[in-house]
Amino acid sequence: MNLGHQASRRGFLHLTGLLALATSALALAPRLALATWNKAAFETKALADAYKALGVESPTASGDVRINASDIAENGAVVPVEVISKIPNTTQISVLIEKNPTTLTAQFDLGPDMLPEISTRVKMAETSNIIALVKADGKFYAATKEIKVTLGGCGG
Amino acid sequence: MGLPMKIRATNRDGVTEVKVLMNHVMETGLRKDPSGQIVPALFINEVTAKLNDKVVMQAQWGPAVARNPYLAFKVKGGKPGDNVSISWTDSSGDARTDEATVS
Repeated sequence: MNLGHQASRRGFLHLTGLLALATSALALAPRLALATWNKAAFETKALADAYKALGVESPTASGDVRINASDIAENGAVVPVEVISKIPNTTQISVLIEKNPTTLTAQFDLGPDMLPEISTRVKMAETSNIIALVKADGKFYAATKEIKVTLGGCGG
Repeated sequence: MGLPMKIRATNRDGVTEVKVLMNHVMETGLRKDPSGQIVPALFINEVTAKLNDKVVMQAQWGPAVARNPYLAFKVKGGKPGDNVSISWTDSSGDARTDEATVS
């Protein structure tokens, strides 16, 4: 019977139409889509592993990524850190602390209206390098600063 | 629902500066209480900032962000009277949203 064939063709066209609509909606999706918390990256215990989990090959050291923080942190539980990127089209700023129990501290995804700078406070277990990792135009750049910690802050 | 946060948003020279002080323990899961028991991890892991209902920043955090997290950032545009909203969710599924008006 013809009827069954017609119905399935209509159904197929309907499905294709929906798919096209969904695909175009995705194309128009805002740059910031809520990503699931990157558990694997936040559980890495070494810089190389954190980079790997973040899909970073080897970031280019850049003087255009500035870390503003005291050279010495009196209290490792509260270490103010500011990162400013002078690299155009910065879309992401991450903070990593090399000697912390887990390396990746925070990752900020910047919308197009946000200035490429972020200020926060972190915990440091001991004297360590802090790395600011910047993503711009799909490429990764990094700056490193050593912060001496007199009183460790992770509570161990 | 989590504890309220303090938000200050000021506009100057075409830039809106937002400063946030959140109220959260940010436990790493590595600390022991006085009886020697490990205090379980409990930390904000996602943050979203909006200016007038448009998402301007999203963040993923680990437990090494300091207790009572401080966050400051700047957004191009905005004007006095605009609305800033900051939302967080933590590792237990708890969540909090607070808003402020740009001055």
